Amino acid sequence: MKKRFLSLHQDIFKVIAGIALSALLGGCVDQDPDPEEYGPSPTLPKPQRGLLPNMTIAEPTPWKDQLPTVPSGFTVAAIATDLKVPRQTLVLPNGDILIAEGKGGHAPALKPKDIIAGYIKAKGTTPVKGGNRLTLLRDADGDGTYELQTVFAENLDAPYGLALVGNNLYVANQDSLVRFDYREGQTQASSPPTKITDLPSEINHHWTKSLAASADGRFLYVGIGSNSNITERGMVAEANRAMIWEIDAETGAHRPYATGLRNPTALTIQPNTGTLWAVVNERDEIGPNLVPDYLTSVQEGGFYGWPYSYWGQNVDERVRPQDPQKVASAIAPDYALGSHVAALGVDFSESSMGEEFADGVFVGQHGSWNRKNPVGYKVVFIPFRDGRPAGAPIDFVTGFRDENGKTRGRPVGVTVDPKGALIVADDLANVIWRVARSTNE
Amino acid sequence: MAVASDRTGLWVLHPIHGVLLASTIPLFLGALLSDYAYTSSYEIQWSNFASWLIFGGLVFGGIALVLSIIRLIKSPQRSGLSFIYPFLLLLTWIFGFINSLIHAKDAWATMPEGIIFSIIVVLLACASTWIGFAKFGVGGIR
Repeated sequence: MKKRFLSLHQDIFKVIAGIALSALLGGCVDQDPDPEEYGPSPTLPKPQRGLLPNMTIAEPTPWKDQLPTVPSGFTVAAIATDLKVPRQTLVLPNGDILIAEGKGGHAPALKPKDIIAGYIKAKGTTPVKGGNRLTLLRDADGDGTYELQTVFAENLDAPYGLALVGNNLYVANQDSLVRFDYREGQTQASSPPTKITDLPSEINHHWTKSLAASADGRFLYVGIGSNSNITERGMVAEANRAMIWEIDAETGAHRPYATGLRNPTALTIQPNTGTLWAVVNERDEIGPNLVPDYLTSVQEGGFYGWPYSYWGQNVDERVRPQDPQKVASAIAPDYALGSHVAALGVDFSESSMGEEFADGVFVGQHGSWNRKNPVGYKVVFIPFRDGRPAGAPIDFVTGFRDENGKTRGRPVGVTVDPKGALIVADDLANVIWRVARSTNE
Repeated sequence: MAVASDRTGLWVLHPIHGVLLASTIPLFLGALLSDYAYTSSYEIQWSNFASWLIFGGLVFGGIALVLSIIRLIKSPQRSGLSFIYPFLLLLTWIFGFINSLIHAKDAWATMPEGIIFSIIVVLLACASTWIGFAKFGVGGIR
């Protein structure tokens, strides 16, 4: 203890001078030149933070007659509007689309900062109250217009992850994993859901419970986000957090499948290999270009660093007590998507999406707050070769921010429709976008 | 609002002014002790306590600062002492405000700057209060 204070003393003048300087210069010294930070081995700058975190909250503005921008050979249309905070979608075998709508979390404000930051961040989201329901869309005649929009199930608790295995429709609420009996053609659930298991939901700072079913349907994977940015709610709050659970679909028995994943916001199974992939949102407030959000195959038993380190063994000094042993065991993820892009959706493509977009994943990026120059706010395509990411992300759906820097929409879940379309949930405009191939015209 | 003091010829502080001024010491001292508890236990709740105690110190100290400036403007005679008092309070408030921004960082990112600033702010709060009480005194209301 004494030693620590001695060293504190030595640093005193350096620290005061440094703080006075950064207070004087404010945000001016902060340049974020948007380096190309994607790929398997991103350049990581030194952590930095001024007295105030960099924040740009883009003011919402309606789409009006505007549409998102899509690649040539594709058309885009809003197939559902006036939803109540749509997050993730699921394309059912008969082509119907299920939408999970809701807004969760009940993290109390612990510091004056939480009240101020919460107020500022809320300006960049929809004022609509979460629906806590599933909505079903149907396009009976296959013309691309979904003429039926009806409530499939309600009174859920911030539903997010969706998966269908045979006749079992699984829904990950913010506090529990439940199962509906589903028969093809249903437009409304025939009975209330059965609970498979409770999910960690205390505080729920990161409340979204992402979901994927193993290829054989025996296991369900649920992504559980951390209860803080970087342990500022205490270590105790992080029990059973920042990990992916493997849950036996029959019994509800569960175990951690992989840990140290700060906020695994979307999961998907790779066709052919059956490997579990995830997009994960990394920590904020150590600079505009730290820490990259990522796409990774998930290794069973793997530890991915949070909270002790990021991108492998880069120690995060904000965490006390430290854990060098855990840091040593941390594995670096596969592919950086860029810092603060807030990846919230991922799905593997298929051949129906056309040659250029046949092999790879689509990633929905909700967009940044902790950055002067906003990033994300789009859907990208990461090309794959031999089952691994290969090459730079390609913009697939853009135009979510207008030329004045206002935000029209924010993409969340992305789902590939086998008919040759990408379904994108927009939780700011409360719309579902369908980006379809227009080849046969 | 104020009465001429027999001792110095300067106005004495209104009791409410005195209470607000003196409250900065326990509030900022509480923050410092909480910071110390956090550094020795890594228990995050101490850091939350520190944040709110600093916030309280800024609110009370801020009102005292405003009163001290009004008092300075209205004062019939000004000496060096009458300038030093609001200046010290202003300094306390500025350092306290920077300290609150430092404490708004996450987890251990508040350290070591947080505890260093907490020490400085306590010293400044003591100095302001000493000048206020010792040089002007409190009273004038019955």
